[in-house]
Amino acid sequence: MTQHITIDPITRLEGHGKIEIFLDDRGDVERAILQVPELRGFEQFAVGRPVEEMPRITPRICGVCPTAHHMAATKAVDAVFGVSPTATARKLRELIYNAFFFEDHILHFFFLGGPDFVVGPQAPAAERNILGVLAKVGLDVGRRVIRIREDARGIMAYLCGKAIHPVCGLPGGVAKGLDEEHRVKFLGTAREAVEFAEFALGVFDDVVLKNKSYVDIVVGDAYTIKTYYMGLVDAKNRVEFYDGDLRVVDPEGREFAKFKPAEYLDHIAEHVEPWTYVKFPFLKKVGWKGFREGRDSGVYRVAPLARLNAADGMQTPRAQVHYDRMYAVLGGKPVHHTLAFHWARLIEALQAAERMVELLEDPAITGTDLRNLPTAIQGEGMGIVEAPRGVLIHHYSVDEKALVTKANLIVATIANAAAINMSIEKAAKAYIKGGQISEGLLNMAEMAFRPYDPCHGCGTHAWPGGLPTVVLIRDHTGAAVRTLRN
Amino acid sequence: MPEGKPKVAFYWCSSCGGCEESVVDLAEDILAVTAAVDIVFWPVALDFKKKDLEALPDKSIAVAFINGAIRMSEQEEMAHLLRRKAGLVVAHGACAHLGGIPGLANFWDKSAIFRTVYHDTVSTDNPAGTEPQTESIVDGKTLTLPEFWDTVRPLDAIIDVDYYLPGCAPHRDLIIKAVTAILEGKLPPKGSVLAPNTSCCDECSRNETKPEKMSIKEIKRPWEVIIDPQTCFLAQGLICMGPATRGGCGERCIEGNMPCRGCMGPTDQVFDQGAKFLSAFASILDSNDEKEIERLVGSIVDPAGTFYRFSLPSSLLGRKRKEARP
Repeated sequence: MTQHITIDPITRLEGHGKIEIFLDDRGDVERAILQVPELRGFEQFAVGRPVEEMPRITPRICGVCPTAHHMAATKAVDAVFGVSPTATARKLRELIYNAFFFEDHILHFFFLGGPDFVVGPQAPAAERNILGVLAKVGLDVGRRVIRIREDARGIMAYLCGKAIHPVCGLPGGVAKGLDEEHRVKFLGTAREAVEFAEFALGVFDDVVLKNKSYVDIVVGDAYTIKTYYMGLVDAKNRVEFYDGDLRVVDPEGREFAKFKPAEYLDHIAEHVEPWTYVKFPFLKKVGWKGFREGRDSGVYRVAPLARLNAADGMQTPRAQVHYDRMYAVLGGKPVHHTLAFHWARLIEALQAAERMVELLEDPAITGTDLRNLPTAIQGEGMGIVEAPRGVLIHHYSVDEKALVTKANLIVATIANAAAINMSIEKAAKAYIKGGQISEGLLNMAEMAFRPYDPCHGCGTHAWPGGLPTVVLIRDHTGAAVRTLRN
Repeated sequence: MPEGKPKVAFYWCSSCGGCEESVVDLAEDILAVTAAVDIVFWPVALDFKKKDLEALPDKSIAVAFINGAIRMSEQEEMAHLLRRKAGLVVAHGACAHLGGIPGLANFWDKSAIFRTVYHDTVSTDNPAGTEPQTESIVDGKTLTLPEFWDTVRPLDAIIDVDYYLPGCAPHRDLIIKAVTAILEGKLPPKGSVLAPNTSCCDECSRNETKPEKMSIKEIKRPWEVIIDPQTCFLAQGLICMGPATRGGCGERCIEGNMPCRGCMGPTDQVFDQGAKFLSAFASILDSNDEKEIERLVGSIVDPAGTFYRFSLPSSLLGRKRKEARP
């Protein structure tokens, strides 16, 4: 009897995410599919808007990572007007951006993905949530997590107006500067953030790396797929969040392409399927070959592990130590183990915190040269940043009044959409055999997509109580024969 | 109200997650909230949702906070179901309240949006002309998607709404006040917006620099000028929606040295935020020359997308081209 399983988590970004798993007659997995059942159409309603408003409009794509959209849009608007930010504005944008990266990554580790490891993949579902994490690491640590996030978001709120839906980005700079009093205050937060990121890496070390059964899961075949990787790199090919060139490495870790943001259309295209509202980006020079691994398939991955794989190292000394250690422990580059995204995420949180310190130790960040005023309208501009969830592309064309005529947006989570499908299918095939479906399946399948930190899921996980998920098993007539829930 | 701690539901429709994040940003205060209420989550499997919710007695949920506009068929179904099961429904955030930024899609319809997203965008590679379908067959299995409507609507166009929690995203003080008022049963009349009924200008730190009459010669756009951090934006020639917008937002955009875009919606006396802005704007211009006023107003680029940035679906305009929906 053919069965049909629906895993339906409460989700975010372009709405919900829904996993359908089809079993064959023997009860083995035939196919697993992640559907995103919502669309809002920002690329259409951007048309006609004043382009300088795009940094205030596009953050509403995602309220969890609005700063990424704000910054990609601001950079695209810079390009539309052919201006660069002033030296001070560039520092301030980087400060905002690194504060954002730090708090977002910390949110993910402790509230979203972390419960799988900190509490344990086999722990009862009712404990696999932030309350379970607090029980394991202690309420004081929980308070520390809440406080350091609040302080980092305080930096964003001060400079951006609002942490949720920032307003500060303007072509050629920013709207608001930093005074000495706040520089000193925020430097204190940044130094705490460095210590906190080191502490989080220590938790990962104690809980995961010192536990052989966890490490076996990390390096196991069920959570390994071999793909291309893409990430922004600086001039020395080091991991960079705010600016730089895009670099792609192949599944063997060799450089496959390196290009300027303005050249992205030579390298990236998007495939359309009838069963989901999201598109599937792929490497144009390899081509869309379906949901397949390997160097002949144009599927690429983005986000923390992809960035580390695509780069030659980190920008900051402490993060570099952990970078070297990760690759030593996991057997060299590239690492294809999806669960290693969690480790890479913490290494990036440390780099973000170290960069905050560097930027705030520089007294020039309190400069008053906040804007280079545009003098011409170039007509077209691309802005690319690394969102916490991967490469994010905004591309606008404008008319002679600088009103948007065309917009193209390639959102980070979507860049991983094909890989998330493949990861879920692989994990499902490993854990569902002969129609045997246990509650453990639920978490094992979920664990295949959480490392990507897909935006669908952010808001939910943050609540005490965990990710509510339902697995609905249907027989061939469509009737539900069994429901599992956590 | 049922026995024990009151049950509270949060649900999202067409939204960004910022309203959820605004609750997470309550930080340590969130622990107090979770101590006082049982937060109920809604898994989104359609069959499950319906069965699970339908199994609950009607009105057994004390309050449902619903954010997001209504864009898809599934969201409409969920809104109706939550209305039946909840004693109170709060439209949480600008999208549920007014339609919000996703409501700008009402300048177009489904076919235009699909054409752009799935065909015309420069990186789309779609030689077969594929579009998402409400029902499709993959390897002999049927997959379904909810319907994408032509028109975005605010929550109260679909169901009866008891209260509105405005803002994009709502300010933490407003959230805490709303939750406290509900827990203590000290609620204002039904239909109230849970924020002060004063304009953004009334609370603005730059209000003293706002002249009674302004002699603006040119409308400026934010990209064209260095914005002074102390002076009223309107006095600088920049469009600021403050005069037509409700306060209570904490003036966070203004603290960020950027003008208001109207996310809190209008005050109680005003139905149409855009019309209110135009009349307020014309009245403060220091000119009796109608042609001059017309010239100035006419020089504002994208007036509809600016005056109705957050409120197009709930405005008199509603959408660009009226048609039978969906």
